[in-house]
Amino acid sequence: MKSKAPIYFLLFAMTALFLGMFFGMTASFQYLMPEFLKENIPFSKLRPFHVTSVISWIVLCATGSIYFFLTYVEKFKLFSPLLVKIHFIIFLLTGVAIYFSFAFDYTEGREYFAFAPVLMVPILIGWVLFGINYFKTIYKNVKGWPVYYWMWGTGIVFMCYHLMEAHFWLFDFFRLNFIKDFSVQWKSTGSFTGSWNMLVYGISIYLMSKIKKDSNVATNKVAFFFYFLGLTNLMFGWAHHTYLLPTQPWIRYVAYGISMTEWIVLTSIIYNWKRSVLKVEKENHPMAYRFLLATDLWIFINIILALLFSIPAINFFTHGTHITVAHSMGTTIGINTTILFSALFFIVHQLYPNFETDRKWVKRGFVSFTISLFIFFVSLIIAGAKRSYWMYVSKDGSFSEMQDALIPYYISFFIFGIAIFVSLSIVAFPLFKAFLQKIKP
Amino acid sequence: MSNNSRPYLFVIAILLALFGFYNYVVYNTDGYVAVEKLSPAAVNGQQLFQSNRCWSCHQLYGSGGYLGPDLTNIYSAEGKGPNYIKAFLNSGVKSMPQFNFSEEEKDALVEYLKRVDETGIYPNYDAEIEATGWVKIKYKNEK
Repeated sequence: MKSKAPIYFLLFAMTALFLGMFFGMTASFQYLMPEFLKENIPFSKLRPFHVTSVISWIVLCATGSIYFFLTYVEKFKLFSPLLVKIHFIIFLLTGVAIYFSFAFDYTEGREYFAFAPVLMVPILIGWVLFGINYFKTIYKNVKGWPVYYWMWGTGIVFMCYHLMEAHFWLFDFFRLNFIKDFSVQWKSTGSFTGSWNMLVYGISIYLMSKIKKDSNVATNKVAFFFYFLGLTNLMFGWAHHTYLLPTQPWIRYVAYGISMTEWIVLTSIIYNWKRSVLKVEKENHPMAYRFLLATDLWIFINIILALLFSIPAINFFTHGTHITVAHSMGTTIGINTTILFSALFFIVHQLYPNFETDRKWVKRGFVSFTISLFIFFVSLIIAGAKRSYWMYVSKDGSFSEMQDALIPYYISFFIFGIAIFVSLSIVAFPLFKAFLQKIKP
Repeated sequence: MSNNSRPYLFVIAILLALFGFYNYVVYNTDGYVAVEKLSPAAVNGQQLFQSNRCWSCHQLYGSGGYLGPDLTNIYSAEGKGPNYIKAFLNSGVKSMPQFNFSEEEKDALVEYLKRVDETGIYPNYDAEIEATGWVKIKYKNEK
């Protein structure tokens, strides 16, 4: 009998997504009514709950999907099924501990890792266990790895490294030098994102190759070229987050140069537009196909945005504004979440071949999600442009007057945030129910 | 699957070697402007900044939250400064909750923000935008 641990990971991930969206919605309401719950659950308390939950969604769903693909689809015998169980239990208990840490204000950490730093130890142990199991399994079973195995392996290794790097501030060598400390902080968080992207983008290539039934997608030289390009950006492209920090200029020159290599990715997307998406066999995987289609659209939009603000002259005006938030929402929701939902639909089809994925309400949920996310994204872009205008052009009025002027966009952001929450819940509900059914004794 | 992995392993090895060297240099490079190391009081202030999740709403060098203003140069900004910072800390404003910092804690936070202020300028209004797309930032105390 196959291990149910991958399904547990997926259920855990979907719960984190639901909670993350709920916290995000509640926090965004405070942009409209700052006094709302301010003394009991201030924005500063809700934000870590939101951020950690949604990051957990991405990481846990990617982990669960990879375990599932290895055991259920590729039918590999895992090096150690026991390690998967231990991995899950560690992450589950750490997740609960992190929530307690936030609830009771043990938040000595920094942005994205606000919890008590000691909780990073079990998280790292979990990743190391995942790595051992992953590499041992793949090494034994596969000769000549397709690109997605490389991407998953890279994601796991770099995740371990950058999670540690994000805590270098605990050492005085870094902490006492503000500029160095601040750049290493943003270096690690930038590359942390790059690491989970390796896991998630690897999943998208895996899905494409399976749905198209064409292994060439993942073994051709172009796929490897883009993998290495992504890896180079992960390693050396982080400093576009800190162009305005007075680091040594060479650090910023390197980041500018490396970031500009993404024009190759954009050119390739445009060149291969039809070939990459429309040929996907959609009969057996209609919803997985639709979500991958949405991914392609969001990759296109976000790569243009990312390329533009990787140019220092443009970054100068967009950095510190909501345009950066639009980009992170566009990538985490528009790209990561659509790929992961595509994976969930693919997985449910593997578990229940007769499962009807494109039900009326699920399709409606998908359409409503796509439209809502677009308006949500545009609201943030406009809010960011107005904030930039206030900072660099008008330089007029106080910060709170500028915030008041943004209220129409915050209303739109809030309403369409709710719409995303409802739409994704509609899409996720039948999947959650199906996975739950699978783990029943 | 029969593709040969050796060339890919070779590329990975080169990238990892470069990454190791790059990290070593980044970790051992100070900022462009020589500034004093954080004092024990400033470290204490930084810890308070973290424990109270000030970064959720405020930014330093444009990184952080969006509900409150950037604090990079709050210490030296015209009409602001240490007393202004201290007054805000315990009174709270529209969206900022009321904190109950002791006098010592307020001093520590002010000390931290003073040290941050000494490192540079944000927003960097006097930066020069070049035709190549590069931005030559203006450094603190630069003529």
